[in-house]
Amino acid sequence: MKITLKVWRQKNRDSKGAFKTYQVDHASPDMSFLEMIDVLNTDLIKKGEESIAFDHDCREGICGMCSMYINGHPHGPLQTTTCQLHMRSFKDGETITVEPWRAKAFPVVKDLVVDRSAFDRIQQAGGYVSVNTGGVPDANEIPIPKIVADEAFDAAACIGCGACVAACKNASAMLFVGAKVSQLALLPQGKPERKQRAERMVAQMDAEGFGSCTNTGACEAECPKGISVTNIARLNREYLGAMLTSYQVEVGGGE
Amino acid sequence: MTLDSKIPEGPLSEKWTKHKFNLKLVNPANKRKYEVIVVGTGLAGASAAASLAELGYNVKAFCFQDSPRRAHSIAAQGGINAAKNYQNDGDSVHRLFYDTIKGGDYRAREGNVYRLAQVSVSIIDQCVAQGVPFAREYGGLLANRSFGGAQVSRTFYARGQTGQQLLLGAYSALNRQIANGKVKMYNRTEMLDVVVSDGKARGIITRDLITGKIEAHSAHAVLLCTGGYGNVYYLSTNAMGSNVTAAWRAHKKGAFFSNPCFTQIHPTCIPVTGDHQSKLTLMSESLRNDGRIWVPKTARPGFKGTDAVNLPENERDYFLERKYPSFGNLVPRDVASRNAKQVCDEGRGVGATGLAVFLDFTDAIKRDGKKTIEAKYGNLFDMYKQITGENPYEVPMMIFPAVHYTMGGLWVDYNLSTNVPGLYALGEANFSDHGANRLGASALMQGLADGYFVIPYTLGDYLATIGWADKLSTDHPSFKQALESVNGTINKLLSIKGNKTVDEYHRELGLIMWEYCGMSRNEPGLKIAKKKIQELKVNFWSNVNVLGSNNELNQELEKAGRVSDLIELGELMVDDALSRGESCGGHFREESQTPEGEAMRNDNEFAYVSAWEFKGDGQAEELHKELLIFENVKLTQRSYK
Repeated sequence: MKITLKVWRQKNRDSKGAFKTYQVDHASPDMSFLEMIDVLNTDLIKKGEESIAFDHDCREGICGMCSMYINGHPHGPLQTTTCQLHMRSFKDGETITVEPWRAKAFPVVKDLVVDRSAFDRIQQAGGYVSVNTGGVPDANEIPIPKIVADEAFDAAACIGCGACVAACKNASAMLFVGAKVSQLALLPQGKPERKQRAERMVAQMDAEGFGSCTNTGACEAECPKGISVTNIARLNREYLGAMLTSYQVEVGGGE
Repeated sequence: MTLDSKIPEGPLSEKWTKHKFNLKLVNPANKRKYEVIVVGTGLAGASAAASLAELGYNVKAFCFQDSPRRAHSIAAQGGINAAKNYQNDGDSVHRLFYDTIKGGDYRAREGNVYRLAQVSVSIIDQCVAQGVPFAREYGGLLANRSFGGAQVSRTFYARGQTGQQLLLGAYSALNRQIANGKVKMYNRTEMLDVVVSDGKARGIITRDLITGKIEAHSAHAVLLCTGGYGNVYYLSTNAMGSNVTAAWRAHKKGAFFSNPCFTQIHPTCIPVTGDHQSKLTLMSESLRNDGRIWVPKTARPGFKGTDAVNLPENERDYFLERKYPSFGNLVPRDVASRNAKQVCDEGRGVGATGLAVFLDFTDAIKRDGKKTIEAKYGNLFDMYKQITGENPYEVPMMIFPAVHYTMGGLWVDYNLSTNVPGLYALGEANFSDHGANRLGASALMQGLADGYFVIPYTLGDYLATIGWADKLSTDHPSFKQALESVNGTINKLLSIKGNKTVDEYHRELGLIMWEYCGMSRNEPGLKIAKKKIQELKVNFWSNVNVLGSNNELNQELEKAGRVSDLIELGELMVDDALSRGESCGGHFREESQTPEGEAMRNDNEFAYVSAWEFKGDGQAEELHKELLIFENVKLTQRSYK
């Protein structure tokens, strides 16, 4: 296959970026998209040009590190991670545009690499159950109906890649936050802290500069793990309930 | 020197309890005076960092990924073993211990393995308390399955994403301590050296992967939780970033490296399609419960899945069912892998490369219906179709073995301490619990056992012994020296400006390792490999091309450092494989086999743990042996006929 690539190149956080066009003449339909970039990078190095920086790690669709915005879609045309996208999903001779995630809260670090540490800080604000190691009850002392456990699992399947933010015209992180709040609100283990969790995680999300949710559903449509917008509805309910009934929490900003 | 494993005296079942009582404690008010460095944030690292911070120690944690949640533990699929006996099917701590030590082909310590089985039950309690959504029965209690041919159902699981859910649990505990200010987290930061002074580990040198800043960090103890070295084969199921650098550089600072030749090759991976391939994808071995493995009886170059449908039964060779009638397609991982290689070596492999065998569900679909098969394996079939473009409901899957896990690692004693005081190794980074072969669903168990339930006790003993005053400033000459050496290596890599890319060297190394130190090994081959690796090393340091500078995000520079370490490790693996003239577990020496071609262990000569000591660049490493003593199990030969 012959492919023309328009790739966003940007030296670092402070410099201005631009698209650069490259030709890949020997792509195979069996290659993954990232392997095609590997081939291009080898060519570039051989020509004395610096390779394209991009995030990736497990290459089996679970670590959430890869993050390319391809032809106007996070992770490209299929509802998978970038690493699970193969060249057979493209046509011979096609021109493909590759950008980093675009969001104020995800500043570009270099080329296609963005800084998603805002997601970590949201999790640090309350995405946990406050138990120390040891001194916990036997696992089977907490029976959980299968249907509830399954629903919590569906929310817990989030890989934290940020495609939801990249897909949203407002760069909202509601699906990401909703997934964690839902998982722990559904499970008995998460119930004691559910109110302050919802409040704190939303406060941190706002402080990081993510936009508001206007229910367009682009996040769900692009999520490689199929996380449902039901989780956003549940987050709204949890948040409203918490604001109406709980005590005040302090709001901490991002870095 | 003699290696002291520090296994406590007394009956097996009382060792850990007694040992815990005998360990010194740090006064609660004094814990805040200690600093601990944790490198790596997978299951072992995240659980250790969180648990130590909960106790009151100040922890600095490091990962090279953009978030601690990305560590490669996240990719584990199958499950986690625990001797809960919730199924009332005869499981017990002793049975899990026995299965693990036997499965490891009697090359692990009894004391360590027994402790692992003991703490396994607490792990499940801990994870459930954190909100890990394990699979459940309709009554609301936890579900179990039998895994990897085990005779009891002791595996807890969370669909096919157990590693992900366990890691997110440990990550949430870590996050809580970051928010509490007890853990300082360094993302996108790679450890490049350990600082050793007066024989003790004093800290580490790191590189900020965004700015290139080289920094020194001092602490009372350093924990390496940095995973395995499967990427020495270039193609493996490991993540692209998985590397041996932390462990290897610790090795060069005096930590012994044990059993490096013990690697696990997993039989059910998606085959290689071409030179562009960057990694291999594992499919759960549960597929072997229903799929039948076969190749044509005679060589048929280029034979495809679509051809297979029309090949009559009498021209097919279901080689595992033929050779191992009682276990059939469910023989252990190493046996299944070796046999697949053998039929491919005979030219009977299938697919475009001839390096694949069929895994056929036709009979299972006929017997149980497509719906049942879909319910059991739907996600795996989808994944296969996504990657290969073929529909496994209609044509047989093609599979081939791939490197998956490394049992070898840094030598540690019962306290998880390396032979360098103050330097610890946890999880896959150490060698300790799996012997020569790891059982399915035991990697997650060991990572979390080390981090949640072993190191919080054993580290306290060391810290109480040295006292909080025993910490160096980063102005100390030992730190300056380490900083200089790290900078020197980076500058050298950037200055060579040769003709070959880092990936080209990595791929070459992988081919050598796979050919000569892969599924089966022999002396002449290993000797060739050693020579080739030595040549590759010289070539690398004179002809590698690393563009860009140190003061920026430079992924080629990162890879170059890692590949240079993998090359050196590769040579040690070959030395270790040469010195171990027996077949055991994942290590098959062709010289040591039964007349039927099965692996033959040699307990008289090789019932030991190898521990290699680095003697300087270009010098041969020295082999030390820790003899294994078995007081509670009888050594038997594995048979699956």
